[in-house]
Amino acid sequence: MADVTLQNLVKTFDTVEAVRGIDLSIPNNEFVVLVGPSGCGKSTVLRMIAGLEDVTGGDIRIADERVNDVPPKDRNIAMVFQNYALYPHMTVAQNMSFGLRLRKVAKSEIRDKVQRAADILGIAELLDRRPRELSGGQRQRVAMGRAIVRDPEVFLFDEPLSNLDAKLRGQMRIEIQRLHQQLRTTTIYVTHDQVEAMTLADRVVVMNAGRIEQAGTPDEVYHRPRTRFVAGFMGSPAMNFLDCQITEANGSTVARLAAGPALPLPAEQAARVRNHIGRKLVAGLRPENIREAASHDGANSSGVPHDVSIDIVEPLGRETIVYFRLGDATLCARVGTEVHPRAGEQTSLVFHPDRLHLIDPETDLVL
Amino acid sequence: MTAIPFKTAPSLRSNRRWALIAAYACLGIFVVFFLFPPYYMLVTSLKTNAEIAELASNPWIVTDGVTFGHYEHLLTESSFPRFFLNTTIVTVIVVAITMVISVLAAYSLARLRFWGSGVLATGVFLTYLVPDTLLFIPLFKIVGWLGLLDTYWSLVLVYPTLTVPFCTWIMIGYFGSIPRELDEAALIDGANHLQMLLKVFIPVALPGLIAATIFAFTVAWANFLYPLAYIYSESEMVLTVGTVTTLIKGDVFHWGGLMAGALLAAAPPVILYAFLMDYYIAGLTSGATKG
Repeated sequence: MADVTLQNLVKTFDTVEAVRGIDLSIPNNEFVVLVGPSGCGKSTVLRMIAGLEDVTGGDIRIADERVNDVPPKDRNIAMVFQNYALYPHMTVAQNMSFGLRLRKVAKSEIRDKVQRAADILGIAELLDRRPRELSGGQRQRVAMGRAIVRDPEVFLFDEPLSNLDAKLRGQMRIEIQRLHQQLRTTTIYVTHDQVEAMTLADRVVVMNAGRIEQAGTPDEVYHRPRTRFVAGFMGSPAMNFLDCQITEANGSTVARLAAGPALPLPAEQAARVRNHIGRKLVAGLRPENIREAASHDGANSSGVPHDVSIDIVEPLGRETIVYFRLGDATLCARVGTEVHPRAGEQTSLVFHPDRLHLIDPETDLVL
Repeated sequence: MTAIPFKTAPSLRSNRRWALIAAYACLGIFVVFFLFPPYYMLVTSLKTNAEIAELASNPWIVTDGVTFGHYEHLLTESSFPRFFLNTTIVTVIVVAITMVISVLAAYSLARLRFWGSGVLATGVFLTYLVPDTLLFIPLFKIVGWLGLLDTYWSLVLVYPTLTVPFCTWIMIGYFGSIPRELDEAALIDGANHLQMLLKVFIPVALPGLIAATIFAFTVAWANFLYPLAYIYSESEMVLTVGTVTTLIKGDVFHWGGLMAGALLAAAPPVILYAFLMDYYIAGLTSGATKG
């Protein structure tokens, strides 16, 4: 168990700056998920913490010890790779115990640790098999077992579920969560999948272009994104963005959407954008904040109805995703199953301004 | 629609039958073509000298009675056992030297990315492209300076110039195909480079290692040019040159003995191939990573 601290961490490959100054402090026991699009530098950060990449600049501290120049084996970390990286010629038990054997741990102790880890992961009956005789999910469990037996201070996961099918991914997500509750080991988890990030993390760190865009609880990054990037990256379907103008009418502040309705802003938000009256901003509204007119979820009262023409309909069973055009923009709404919109139809959708995010187009910061 | 499977199923089956017939016919022709020389050698080695010399006799079968005289003569009255021993010594040492050098070289060229490693890897292979018919003259000088002329140790010295580049190249390919995450996992598990090589790379690349071993074995066992150029005494000779020089006296060819010697000399590589062939097929690396 240990804290991990990254101070102004920088990594350059030849001329490409992959990581551009990361500051992050991960307290003991925390489950942190680094999330971002491909090439945002999240895996590079993880690999630097593991010691698999040299650090170009800044410091990495594990348990208050600067580990920049410490070899991976002495950092007391364990890593689970995307493609499992099991030793193909060894049995499951040998795979799990390889690290301990190299460290000359007593045989009886190795046996106990392997057995305990296998029990935790439910792979006790697979110990004599070789990786090629295992399914993808089983292999991933073995890879996790190999990490557990080492009893590391920090777990590093590099997109561990990307190679699994959707159903298995859901199961393994639950298992990883359970594992963390059981072991309480500091965990750094890299993924490009925001569902994994939201469900697993104590704290989500959203990265983009080698920098941290925002670090916060899943709730914070979802409901109070700091930048346009975070607002657009978290959530599926993604947040709708469209131009708007802030105006004052009848003593209340409204955001007039381009080719759309004028949404009255709640008092608190109106106060925040007071200096932007008359300016063009970008409005961000999540699909779930554009609902059908007959919605029963109470929040309806504050909504502003607007007639739109439906473009595409995606029924998902529990809800229906509706794409419609507003001016030049295609927007997305989430409606309940009690209405049955059809493509090409005109319908009235209700825009709820209480969750409206207003973004300064010059700084891309959410106001 | 129901008629379709009814119609296609028999035609697919007959298609497959014709494909099989064609495949077996081709294979049959190949087998006859390739087994013809050994068969001829076997038949000739079992004939008496008189029958071999008789022009009117049938070359495909033994008509005058089978004799093991040529084998007996080779094994008891000639230097053949000595040649066999010399060849074995040379081959075993050459294979050992080759594998140690090429595995270490391939590991460092494939994994320890250092300045110029790519160029060096290509350079290693290019040396293999220089034909030994060109090399044996300058190498003759070197072997002479070292005082190794007319001993089989000269072969132990020069054969690796043929085997190491090729085997290194094979092993670079095999090591290169091992996913990098495997070294990284081993690195985190606490392995140093030697442990990584011995406990991960060599076991995982075993099929490649065996392929390289077979290659080195075949080169060292069957090379003709170098022993012909560097060895003159019967006691130092190896099978290839020894058999020929002792069984062809002037313009008299002891065909029976030559054929018997050639068959015996070919036996070890054949046996080696037969035993190790399975390892080629072993899908040892499957399951290491996804896909």
